[in-house]
Amino acid sequence: MTHTEAITTAGGTGRSVRHKQRLTPVKKKQYLAAYLFILPFFVVFITMLVIPLVYSGYLSLFQSKLIGGEVFAGFDNYVRALTDSAFLASIGRMALFFVVQVPIMLGLALAFALALDSGRARWSKGARLFIFMPYAVPAVVATLMWGYLYGPDFGPIAQMARAVGFGTPEFLSPENILGSMMNIVTWEFVGYNMIIMYAALRSIPSELYEAAEIDGAGQFRIAWNIKIPAIRPAIMLTVIFSVIGTFQLFNEPSLLNAIAPAAITNSFTPNYYAYNLAFINQELNYAAAIAFILGLVIAIVSYIVQLGSQRRERRERSAA
Amino acid sequence: MRNAPRAALAFGAIAITSALALSGCAGGGGDEDTSTGDDTTQDQFDEAMSTPTDLTFWTWVPDIENEVALFEAAYPAMNVTVENVGQGLEHYQKLRSALEAGQGAPDVAQIEYQYIPSFVLTQSLLDLRPYGAEDIADDFVGWAWNQVSPGDEVWAIPQDVGPMGNLYREDILAEAGIDEAPATWDDYAAAAKAVKDETGAYISNLGATQAGQMIGFMWQAGVKPFSYDGEETVGISVNSAEAKEVASYWTDLIQQDLISVDVDFNDQWYQGLANGKYAGWLTAAWGPIFLQGTAADTSGLWRAAPLPQWSAGESVSGNWGGSSDAVLATTENPIAAAELARFINHDEESAFKLATEQFLFPPQLSVLEDPAFADQELEFYGGQQVNELFAEISETVDTDFEWLPFMEFVYSSYEETLGAVIADKGDISVALDSWQDQLVSYAESQGFTVQ
Repeated sequence: MTHTEAITTAGGTGRSVRHKQRLTPVKKKQYLAAYLFILPFFVVFITMLVIPLVYSGYLSLFQSKLIGGEVFAGFDNYVRALTDSAFLASIGRMALFFVVQVPIMLGLALAFALALDSGRARWSKGARLFIFMPYAVPAVVATLMWGYLYGPDFGPIAQMARAVGFGTPEFLSPENILGSMMNIVTWEFVGYNMIIMYAALRSIPSELYEAAEIDGAGQFRIAWNIKIPAIRPAIMLTVIFSVIGTFQLFNEPSLLNAIAPAAITNSFTPNYYAYNLAFINQELNYAAAIAFILGLVIAIVSYIVQLGSQRRERRERSAA
Repeated sequence: MRNAPRAALAFGAIAITSALALSGCAGGGGDEDTSTGDDTTQDQFDEAMSTPTDLTFWTWVPDIENEVALFEAAYPAMNVTVENVGQGLEHYQKLRSALEAGQGAPDVAQIEYQYIPSFVLTQSLLDLRPYGAEDIADDFVGWAWNQVSPGDEVWAIPQDVGPMGNLYREDILAEAGIDEAPATWDDYAAAAKAVKDETGAYISNLGATQAGQMIGFMWQAGVKPFSYDGEETVGISVNSAEAKEVASYWTDLIQQDLISVDVDFNDQWYQGLANGKYAGWLTAAWGPIFLQGTAADTSGLWRAAPLPQWSAGESVSGNWGGSSDAVLATTENPIAAAELARFINHDEESAFKLATEQFLFPPQLSVLEDPAFADQELEFYGGQQVNELFAEISETVDTDFEWLPFMEFVYSSYEETLGAVIADKGDISVALDSWQDQLVSYAESQGFTVQ
């Protein structure tokens, strides 16, 4: 953050200052205030993020054995991770999860946001709350609840399916567990993403709609050509959150493991794998390396996603 | 045991006291002088127990505060803080973190038998011999004592045990024309078929990922899958010929669909026990009380019997679960901590309370033989004297059974290999080979010599 930005933020002068100037006593005070304001953030940022990150980076360069203690290993743990089929498979599984679940979730969120924004839906306040509600349920509770709903013997879904003669759906089998998990995550996060998009939709000036209507555009046309492009930054934000969320999946596999342990291997998701390595296998150093690589993967995927959207925006701007 | 009976598994305690550090010398376990030379004198003991001392005790036994209160009453200078930091794995993770961090570890901690070696490996436990632990060895069931004292040292005081038996629904078996609990495993297989054909129920459930139960069966069959010399050498033979016999017995029943393989200790399974999906449960001594809570509506229909035997006329059992109380080597009050671990589990009143109020199945002979415990008639089991039965079974558990110093990995690897195959109704013997491979390669990667 540059000094000028700091002034604008903290001093609230509202005017951006383009060049460095000699500091008057008043300005000095403002600088000081600015730094004080951002200090708490940096304290937390450094103690909770930077230090642990550096420490785990340091840990990942060692190997410790139950017999023989700790030795410096250089990048051995990283080499091992990149050739660890369990780890690579967990990344692959999450990539599949991302490609299938995220479009469904965001598509639904967008559809709900547009429907609510159109002003034609009845009970829109109630509907908004209703769709958002699952997000207010802690992920742990949500997973336990769905675990019960999925139950093959006494779960209500299975009972209903049996009653109408469909047999027992196997939500918790090794083949279906990923899909079942996608459903839980979608249920949990549709409302959250919808709220982000809905808030963005509310900030579009309504003159645009009036102009479009005068030009003869229908609601769908307005949605497609005005609303969606206008909230693209908000949609991008939800995509980035989803990238991070997907690769960090942990609660769902760790809790479902209690009812479907045969379907959920200890390397089902990268995060869950790192946890098991650290606390079950007692391979803390290797777990640190896995965590680092995972962070890198998330950064790369997020970057690609963002880059893709910026290119597109630029292309469209130059085409216009 | 991760999935194991939260409320039922239990707990133990030990007490150890001070400074193991001296044992760093090459000779390894067994130097006579550690046990004699460092013995606490009565004066030292009296002084320690009358000095105001704060102790911390990590355990997940519900209401153990009641037994701790007895200790505090006996030694008014003591002030014990009981903390429940989670059960099983969670508890051990926190314990390891505290030990690693060098602060925050309790003085006394509950540890299940199978995890003792992993804490011995990291020199985290105090040898209790200097505090008189050897003197009370004969007051406990022999095999339980061996669990806390595999070599010469005494690492913990046994708190409860889980000798295995067979709980079954008399009414369902009767419907299938079976009047007595199957005596041999052959009878059991025949009974399983009759029960399935006549009533549609499974005679029992084999928890797909329940390593504790399967290891208990192996224990009964005389399999010695693990060994550990207390230093750097481990023995691993989970795929021995004997182990494969056990495996093929179960494979056969599973593939004929005579035994279900549901994951245990979750809602599905509780309901299966309560509504007759399973006509029985091969479980441990903590099972009878646990079942009473889980399947309350079926009171009076259940009976208890010993495990079926491999040869007629034999009488052998295995163990599943149970725990002890150990004293951490980091304690600053070794004498008081050792006394706490001993008192909780050895003092007559306290041990009796543990058995009758917390329903931990006791390893103490005095409680096992106490008519007030043994002669209890449980209505749930049609008035049967279940405690007495399990007390008898307890005598038939093979005394030599060892664990590896990395049981967390052993269980998790069981889930990955056997668990997956059992759930898939595949061949368990084949899975034993991959389990063996995983264990050996893990042990080697951790620097152990594998025998």
